[in-house]
Amino acid sequence: MYDVNEIRKDFPILERRIGERRLIYLDNAATSQKPRQVLDALDEHYEAHNANIHRAVHRLAEEATAAYEASREKVASFLGAPDARGLIFTRGTTEAMNLVAYAWGRRSLREGDEVVLTEAEHHSNLVPWQLAAQATGARLRFIPIREDGTLDMEEAERLVGPQTKMIGCIHVSNVLGTINPVDELAELAHSVGALMLVDGAQSAPHIPLDLAALGCDFFACSGHKMVGPTGIGVLWGRPEMLEEMDPFLGGGEMIREVYPDHSTWNDLPYKFEAGTMSIAQAIGLGAAVDYLNGLGMESIWEHERRLGEYAYEKIREVEGITVYGPEKNRTGLVSFILPEVHPHDLSQILDQEGIAIRSGHHCAQPLMRRLGVTATARASFYLYNTEEEVDMLVGAVERSREFFGAFTS
Amino acid sequence: MNMLRELYTQTIMDHYQRPRNRGALADADLEEHLLNPLCGDEVTVYANFRDGKATEVKFEGRGCSISQASASMMTERLLGKSHGEAEAEIEQFRAMMVGKEDFPETEDLAALKGVIQYPSRVKCATLAWTAFQKGLEQQEV
Repeated sequence: MYDVNEIRKDFPILERRIGERRLIYLDNAATSQKPRQVLDALDEHYEAHNANIHRAVHRLAEEATAAYEASREKVASFLGAPDARGLIFTRGTTEAMNLVAYAWGRRSLREGDEVVLTEAEHHSNLVPWQLAAQATGARLRFIPIREDGTLDMEEAERLVGPQTKMIGCIHVSNVLGTINPVDELAELAHSVGALMLVDGAQSAPHIPLDLAALGCDFFACSGHKMVGPTGIGVLWGRPEMLEEMDPFLGGGEMIREVYPDHSTWNDLPYKFEAGTMSIAQAIGLGAAVDYLNGLGMESIWEHERRLGEYAYEKIREVEGITVYGPEKNRTGLVSFILPEVHPHDLSQILDQEGIAIRSGHHCAQPLMRRLGVTATARASFYLYNTEEEVDMLVGAVERSREFFGAFTS
Repeated sequence: MNMLRELYTQTIMDHYQRPRNRGALADADLEEHLLNPLCGDEVTVYANFRDGKATEVKFEGRGCSISQASASMMTERLLGKSHGEAEAEIEQFRAMMVGKEDFPETEDLAALKGVIQYPSRVKCATLAWTAFQKGLEQQEV
């Protein structure tokens, strides 16, 4: 294990004060903070190596290209991806999912085909499939979630059949913290000849991953949620699938030969990297992966699992509170509602104490409807959060109950 | 807590916890549902008109104290108003919420002044008013 108080020093923003209070940042599911090592990598690129990649032959271009490609190898290895050729840089998870829904969905889906998703999907793994379904006549089906927030796997087995062409599932719910059995779903998908897409936005930053063992065909995640910069994410896809697919965006770099009336495509992964990519950000993501590997994903996961359990237990002790999601098999994320204080009001009151949490529908409106709520408050933890911060959160939640309660009497 | 008391005034909390004119109107002349896509808060506003004046104004909704209190205040404010007057009231309220007009100091609405400092919450305050405006526009068609 690492010393959390030591590694907090790597994150300059954690020194920040909100008014007179020290910042307590508990909105990590939205985006994580960045360590000095990542910020330095961005600076170093711009100060010493900045050039466009792949095309020019001058020194800077060679250096920038080498750093960019080294990042690809690092991220592929971090995810346990069987083949770095399938590792495509995107703007983030959303773009990665859209890539699959457009480039695979539009070409491969037919009327009568089905795409099976879950009730817990983030809008980014739902709306692209709605668009693909409208364009192709395919149909969307949904694996229900049970009361405790876990997937109804029996229903999943009934839903999936020969008409199923793709199963898409959020690996870790951004609302509930549930870890979904995506390996079982991948097996189910493959048993009927369908493909498996995993939304890893909330798993890659927290859980040691081995995509080879997970057995999925596509996996997406975002750099900014795993101590990397914004504007960079990845799609990993099985190379043989990516070869068959149409390109997503057309433009420079993704082509081999261009004629006025047609073009041929570049090799993987470049076929899917049109135009100038987020070069500095990709290099920053490489530094982020180095940072996470330095601490060790097993240690990070252990730290968060413990902190998550501690927070779940502590928050449940608040009188009248409803905490969502399963008791076990969850990440360091707690969604809750106080009956007296709307989540929006709660986060406003916590902000006065320097505590940043999220409130709202978390881009998962179908799930919120399933839970029968319009908004929840969500505290999400990361490798640098402490039990002391959880205690501060719980104290502030108690005080907000008192603050609102004072008006009732 | 001082900053909070400027935002969560006694008046806001009173309208939030004891909302005026809350409930549905069946077959109302005006009915409009609006969702704040940012946060999921929702409101439905209803009104009946007779001789060109709003004789009943009601709302239903789920949301934060600011959105619900503001909806409650709106129903009191728009009662008895004609279409044109209601439109003018709504426009004036919007101007207040972006600091372009003064709040009427002696009225409940003045309690919403503190919200201006929190741009993300201004949308909460204007939710019901925007719904009513959309409802008025529907009626004119």
